[in-house]
Amino acid sequence: MQLTRRHVLGLTAGAAAFAVAGVQITPAFASAEDAEKLIMDFTGGATAAEGKISLTAPEIAENGNTVPVSVNVDSAMEGDDLVESVIILADGNPNPAVATFHFTEMSGEALATTRMRLAKTQNVIAVAKMKDGSFFMDKKQVKVTIGGCGG
Amino acid sequence: MASKPRIKVPKSASAGEVITIKTLISHEMESGQRKDKDGNPIPRQIINKFTCTFDEQVVFECDLDPAISANPYFEFNAKVPASGTFKFTWLDDDGSVYEAEAPIEVK
Repeated sequence: MQLTRRHVLGLTAGAAAFAVAGVQITPAFASAEDAEKLIMDFTGGATAAEGKISLTAPEIAENGNTVPVSVNVDSAMEGDDLVESVIILADGNPNPAVATFHFTEMSGEALATTRMRLAKTQNVIAVAKMKDGSFFMDKKQVKVTIGGCGG
Repeated sequence: MASKPRIKVPKSASAGEVITIKTLISHEMESGQRKDKDGNPIPRQIINKFTCTFDEQVVFECDLDPAISANPYFEFNAKVPASGTFKFTWLDDDGSVYEAEAPIEVK
């Protein structure tokens, strides 16, 4: 086959179309499974029970770029009744991880507040890891009306 | 990138009291998801770790991901056993370290 200008152009167009299609196939947003996987990595396969931890986030966020979120874990923060860390996930963001808090006996109370970005309406999940090896989790749905990660 | 951090720590407390600390630092927290006007992705640059210590003992730590808003804000608690100094450290993706201190007196 002789390589003519026409052939080369045709091939390039085809390759370009394929590349565009390839980009569109990759999901822009993480699925809930990715969040599940992160929870599994955090707990090491153990199931997280309900209770003890409470996650506070607004029901409706008018601006997805700054959504206040706070976690509070019911614990004496002494001896074995100690919260080691709390992971926060948003299952509809491009990357579900939001933050990981680490507490010590010096923290006094397992309570922390920060602000996060939410790309769209989704579930926000918090999982607490206790020193005795148990896990607790809480979940809240936050409705995002405008804005988000994209900027 | 980041400007002077702002910290709110009470000036004094009673021994063993649990106090609330608030911190805010100005930082773009570029998520790595955005694109510039030519369609090229803007590289990620965020603060990836925040640490608070009291006289060399860790009080609170946070690993940050790109989903933390610009100008990261934290509110957390700390137990004050005696007079001392709270130290705050923010680590940037580019290797910069931002630091701040706040003394507290036990009455």
